[in-house]
This record gives sequence, structure tokens and C-alpha cells, in this order.
Amino acid sequence: MFGFLLRRVLSTIPVMAIVALFVFSLLYIAPGDPAAVIAGDQASPADVERIRESLGLDRPFVVRFGEWGWQLLHGNLGTSMFTGLPVVELIRQRLEPTLSLMAVTLVFAIVAAVPMGVLAAWKVGSWLDRLLMAFCVFGFSIPVFVVGYLLAYVFALELDWLPVQGYTPIAKGLWPWLENLILPAIALGFVYIALIARITRATMLEVLSQDYVRTARAKGLGESTILFLHALKNAAVPIVTVIGIGVALLIGGAVVTESVFAIPGLGRLTIDAIVRRDYPLIQGIVLMFSFVYVLVNLVIDLSYMALDPRIRY
Amino acid sequence: MTITASLPAAITARDHYAAAPDLPDIHLPVRVRGGVAGFVFRQPTVALGLFILAIMLVLAVFAPWFGTLDPTALAPAKRTRPPSMDFWFGTDAFGRDVYSRVIYGARVSLVVGFAVAFFASAIGLLIGLVSGYVRAFDSTIMRAMDGLMSIPPILLAVALMALTRASVQNVILAITIAEIPRVSRLVRGVVLSLREQPYVDAAIAAGTTTPMIIKRHILPNTLAPLTVQATYICGSAMIVESILSFIGAGTPPMIPSWGNIMADGRALWQVKPYIIFFPAVFLSLTVLAVNLLGDGLRDALDPRMAKRL
Repeated sequence: MFGFLLRRVLSTIPVMAIVALFVFSLLYIAPGDPAAVIAGDQASPADVERIRESLGLDRPFVVRFGEWGWQLLHGNLGTSMFTGLPVVELIRQRLEPTLSLMAVTLVFAIVAAVPMGVLAAWKVGSWLDRLLMAFCVFGFSIPVFVVGYLLAYVFALELDWLPVQGYTPIAKGLWPWLENLILPAIALGFVYIALIARITRATMLEVLSQDYVRTARAKGLGESTILFLHALKNAAVPIVTVIGIGVALLIGGAVVTESVFAIPGLGRLTIDAIVRRDYPLIQGIVLMFSFVYVLVNLVIDLSYMALDPRIRY
Repeated sequence: MTITASLPAAITARDHYAAAPDLPDIHLPVRVRGGVAGFVFRQPTVALGLFILAIMLVLAVFAPWFGTLDPTALAPAKRTRPPSMDFWFGTDAFGRDVYSRVIYGARVSLVVGFAVAFFASAIGLLIGLVSGYVRAFDSTIMRAMDGLMSIPPILLAVALMALTRASVQNVILAITIAEIPRVSRLVRGVVLSLREQPYVDAAIAAGTTTPMIIKRHILPNTLAPLTVQATYICGSAMIVESILSFIGAGTPPMIPSWGNIMADGRALWQVKPYIIFFPAVFLSLTVLAVNLLGDGLRDALDPRMAKRL
């Protein structure tokens, strides 16, 4: 088993290397000549050439990729073209709001979606099941920012229950922090809930038709014990897998949600970077999010062993 | 209707002959409705999806004939008018008629959705076939796809858009690239499982050439899951397009697209929510229609997958 752990952890290295290669290529083929930008308007072609040489921009792709990768391994993502600050520093400043939003969404979505899916599978074919499945189709069809504006309009502007926009750091208290995140988390969680609820229902349907569920019923166990202890435990692996895959939706959606709710996180940073065409920053953000995504799925893969003792590698 | 179980008297009288008892029809003939009415009756959600999609298509193609004004004409004197008889959906911050912009906006969403679905399926099919069939390329291609898949799709599309000039073609290209890995994975999976089928073995044993096997046995079997997948890609491409336009990395601002209209209404959403409301409704309805169609197709074409989801 230790061997498997090691192999699985090591197997993320080539994936991350490929991601790094893709992301580096983005910068490589990006339009605009950094040397000309740094040299300014007054520079002669010879000046530009000298700067290019001093920056090492005249060297071949492989050499530059190697150099960049080496810096990356040391936690250096380069310098933002617009602000002149290190990309790592810019990302670190904006990390908290985004992580908060994603964590709250994750918890909220799982707490809402799994019981929904279990209930739908339990009452399969009932009006409740149909309602939940209809909700899922809507969840996949309504873009995150539409849900966001709708929620903000109804619950913040009309009813005045929650703040419209903004973010309060967690250091200023738990409730002020959470208060600002409730609406964004619901908006962002909408499609995620649809995804998890659907797979939960499908897997539960399969599990509930198994012999051991019939045995449990025959033993006279209560329905909730059967559903949540016996069935859900056996349905856990596909559900957890989808939760991991869905993190990609969460990352993409966070960028948009932050702009709807004016949360000063990585999403805002991404949009600013795009508007200013700040390539090193875009590169750093994409790379960071991709690594997070790969790591999340690594953890999910490893959790299979805890969830399902039958899985032995 | 009652079922008479008593035996006819003839059987007891002549015991050498066993006559079948005269039983009534228990299974009454089911009247199968044909035509459009029958389809709507059997598949109400698919019919609804087709209906909405057809309306959007007509609106998009014949946009100039639906009482629209020039969607890009600025009229500063008439800016941010609420919906009225003159301006059905109101006007935006530049005095442009939101109704006209929304109707014209259908063009961008539909073109992007259909084009991405088509190109992503075609290229994904090709890559999946090569990967599933040519062992030498398989692991290289799949590692590359793993890498691409590790970048969240919206982020990848955003990064690609940052490299190029904003145009509808580039939006299509960026979203297509982000969708290809999933399609090629799907196709490869189907190809690998098909290769183990006895009829493929039989075809190989009979000396059928590889291109012929692909044409006769592999392609027809990938078609069903691919069509279903293409429908979902179409819906998600429309959403991604609107997201890209909304954050200013998509369709150029002068072309009215639902994402652009919402991006224009963003600054005013607290006081003039209708600027965002109408494109949002149109976009959600269209994507809903596509997804309903996809669910229907999945149930019809891919019963195994339908059972799982």
C-alpha cells in the first residue's frame, strides 16, 4: 500500500510538468515583445537587441523553459509586468477571499447536495425526485453570474437580509466574514450541487438495489440507518470522485462570482490581469489553480482507500 | 372487462379433444400516437427543448424582421429607459435598445454553441481514435490530455483569449481547445472497449483492413455517446462564451452577445436590473433547451449511461 501511495503521488509530477509546459508555451507565444516594452519608445533596435540578450530572450525555447521551470521549483513565478511586484506576492495577497469562498461553497454544496441525492434515490419516481432532478437540469443551465445577480437582487436589495457586495476578512469575526459569503457561495454552489446531487442519486439507485440493502431491511434496520450508513457508504467513491472533478467548475466559477459580488480575490486579480494583458500574472494564476486542482484530485484518489476498504492497490 | 374462467361445456363432453378456452384479450391494443402530437405526448421535455431552440434559431436568423432597431446604434438622449412599449426590454447606458441587442445576441450564442460542439467533437473523435488505435501514440496523447484537463476549462479559455485578439472565431477556438480533452477521453474509452469485442476480433480474423474496421464497427458505435456529449458541450460552450464576454475576455464589445449585454449592464445592475435580466433569461432558456435535448438524446441513444445518471 505504501508503494501505491508513493506511485500515485509521483504520478502527479508528469501531469504538473505538462501543465507547466502548456502554461509556459502560452507566455512564449504571447504577442508583444517584452524586450521592446522594457526598452521603451526611444530605444534603437540595437538597444532592444541588447536588452533581449541580457534577459536571455534570444535563447531557444527548451533552454528558457528549463530556466523558468527551475525558478518555478523554487517558488518563483516571475514578476508582474504591470505592477512590477512578484507574482507569488500578488497571488498571496488575494488568496484568502478566494479560498474562503471556495471552502464555504464546498461545505455548503456537499451538505445540500448529498442528502438531496439520497432523498431523490430513496423516493425514486416521486414528485420529490422529479422536482430535484428538474432542479439539477436548471442548475446546469443557468450561468453562475445570473444566479448571483438574482440572489443579490432578491436577498440583498429587496429583502435586505444580507450585504449586497464586498468581503470581510475572517480576522474581523466569523459572522461578518460568513455573512458576506452566503450569497456568493449559494450562487457558485448552484451548478456544483446539481452535479453532486445527480451522481449521488444515480449511485444510490444502484446501491439500493443490492442484496445487502435487502438484507438490512429484512433485519429490521431503520430506513435512515440503511440509507446513510449502509447505502451511502457504499456509494461514496463515485460521489467523492465527482466532488473532486467539480472543483474545476468551482475554480472557473469563482472568477465570475467574485466579480459579481465585488470580492477582492484571485478572480478579480485574473480579470485585472486579462484587461492589462499581464502575461506573467495570468500564467502564475493558471498554474496555481491547476496545481491546486491536481492536488485536490490526488487527495481524492488517496481517500478511496479510507472510504472503501475493498480498494487495495 | 371480466375474464370468464369457466370451461366451455364442449370439453367435458368430448374428453378426447382439448379445445383452447375462449379467453378474452387481456392486453388491449395500445393506441400509439404518431406524428408531432405523439412525440410531444411521449417526450414532453425533449419537445419543449426543441421548441425553445427552434424559436431561438428563428429569432437569430431573422433578427432584422422582429421589429428590431440597429443593435449598435447609440442614442445618448434615450439612455437607461425602463421597459416600455417603445423599448420592450428598455435601453442600456448608451441608449441602445436592449430588445434588439438580445435578439441579435442569439446569433453569437448559437453560432458559438454549435461551432464548438461540432469542432470539439470532430477533433476529439480524431484524437480519440488515434489514441485508442495506435498504441505508440496512446500514452503520449493521453498524458497531454491529462495535462490539458488539469487546467480548469474556463481558466484555460480565459488564458487563450488573453493571447489573441477578441473575436468570435477566437472565442470558438479557445472553448474548443478547452473541450477537446474530455471528448477524446470519451472516444478513446469507447474504442478501447470495442476493440475487445468478439465481432471486432472476427473482423480482424477475416482480414478486414483497419480503416474498414474503424468505418464499419468503431465509428457507428462512438456516434451515440459522441452525439450526447456534443449536445452537452453545446450548452456549456454557450455558458462559457457568456462568462468570457461578461468578464471582458470574449466576444468584442461592439458585437451584441448575451454576455456582452450583461457586462454592459453590470455597473447599473442595482438600479437598472432589466438590462441584465432579459439576456439572462434568454441565455438560461437556450442552455436549458439544449440540455433537455441532451437528456432526451441520452435516454434514447445511450440507455446504459441513462441508467447511470
